[in-house]
Amino acid sequence: MLRPLHPVQPGTRTVLGIAFFMLFVAFWAWITLGGHVNRIFLADPLSMLKDGWRLLVEDRFWLDILITIWRVFGGFVLASIVAVPIGIAMGAWKPVEAFLEPFVSFARYLPASAFIPLLILWAGIGEFEKLLVIFVGSVFQIILIVAVKVGATRRDLVEAAYTLGATDNGIVKRVIMPANAPEIAETLRLVLGWAWTYVIVAELIGSSSGIGYMIINSQSRLATGQIIFGIIIIGLIGLLSDFAFKALNRWLFPWSLA
Amino acid sequence: MSKLLIEGVSRTFAAVGGGQPVQALQPVDLAVAANDFITILGPSGCGKSTLLRIVAGLEAPSTGRVLLDGKAVTRPGPDRGMVFQSYTLFPWLTVAENIGFGLREQGRPERERNEIVASYVDLVGLKGFENHWPKQLSGGMQQRTAIARALANDPAILLLDEPFGALDNQTRGLMQELLLGIWERRKKTVLFVTHDIEEAIFMASRVIVMSARPGRIKSDVQVDLPHPRHYTLKTSPEFSALKAQLTEDIRIEAMRTAQTQSA
Repeated sequence: MLRPLHPVQPGTRTVLGIAFFMLFVAFWAWITLGGHVNRIFLADPLSMLKDGWRLLVEDRFWLDILITIWRVFGGFVLASIVAVPIGIAMGAWKPVEAFLEPFVSFARYLPASAFIPLLILWAGIGEFEKLLVIFVGSVFQIILIVAVKVGATRRDLVEAAYTLGATDNGIVKRVIMPANAPEIAETLRLVLGWAWTYVIVAELIGSSSGIGYMIINSQSRLATGQIIFGIIIIGLIGLLSDFAFKALNRWLFPWSLA
Repeated sequence: MSKLLIEGVSRTFAAVGGGQPVQALQPVDLAVAANDFITILGPSGCGKSTLLRIVAGLEAPSTGRVLLDGKAVTRPGPDRGMVFQSYTLFPWLTVAENIGFGLREQGRPERERNEIVASYVDLVGLKGFENHWPKQLSGGMQQRTAIARALANDPAILLLDEPFGALDNQTRGLMQELLLGIWERRKKTVLFVTHDIEEAIFMASRVIVMSARPGRIKSDVQVDLPHPRHYTLKTSPEFSALKAQLTEDIRIEAMRTAQTQSA
């Protein structure tokens, strides 16, 4: 019946995917509505939806959602603008790599969340500080991954371009950059996913708005329904932005899929 | 005067991990006349690709020098078009954009570029595929595009490194006829590396046979078969005689390679 590596029908795939979601919610409903866990610690799915609805309608939670999205994208775009050119430079020119790679590798392991107290000292608790947390969390990751991808550019393509009369400058602009563009876009998609975890951490500390702020606020009132609703919203936005990013990449780079 | 002059060119690879330096190529001398079609035939690992890459300027010789039209080769350039064994079309460019790549790098105006590209699309029989991505093409079509791309620069010499090595036998035969047909009509100095004896004879006006590693020129055979050549030539007695002679030469070298590898 289950043969190794045997593909599954597209229809069956969708049904199976949805089935697990249903199973998960059913289990959740069973332990909460069935009274198997204390309601103080875990809200049931129905009161989660009710709490969520009230949040959106009465507490203008959609403003918090928008502000969190803005923070993620703002920090992420800033990090990309700085990191992608540096990554390309490191991948293309080995002396630049030798100069920066050890430091970037070290900085990559500095936890962004540990910088929050310092960033608050420097930038206050305003928007700029939130953007900086995302920036610090993403920038070194992007630099390193882009540098590795660019460094692995197919040598035979570079050689072919040289024999066609390309200059060193032409090689970087018209071979190395287009050859790696889809991989760089894929890297950005991956790092955007991580940026979502940094933004929530940034909003848990020294913040008065955003999804993370709502979550920490709900904790003090034991409003677990609201917390779960917030987490699910983050998951949904993450999923949507991932789909959008994938569609954008397919549209930008039709040649890599043809 | 010779079009291409190879003078005492050798290549030694530096020692790796405390081992001995490896000589890939013993000093080679070769003079190539204008519009000659030269095939370089040898067993794998004999340094024939290394020699071609030195002519292309992709590798530096350890000794000696290469002169093209009297000028020393120091780095790759558009005067030496190259076709590789691996598929090296730029995947993000269409067939037409690939063929026009070199012209664009040299800043030729767009209208002139389009005219030249169209003529080479025609020459290699890819009309109707101008806007395809390389991924959508068969191996044979990709190599035809690669040939057109190298020729579009109108190079002084065309270098081919086992260009049909990855193709199936039938496609390979058709590609040989296509390239030879282009050469018969347009006349170009060609250096063509292969390990296929039949291919070496069929294409060439002169076959250079190389010895096993470290490579050197073992024999230099003139091929005086008439042009235009047709695939039926491969079954003619003259062709068979040449093939028998070269097979014997190559066999000795292949056996030497096998012995050095097992030793």
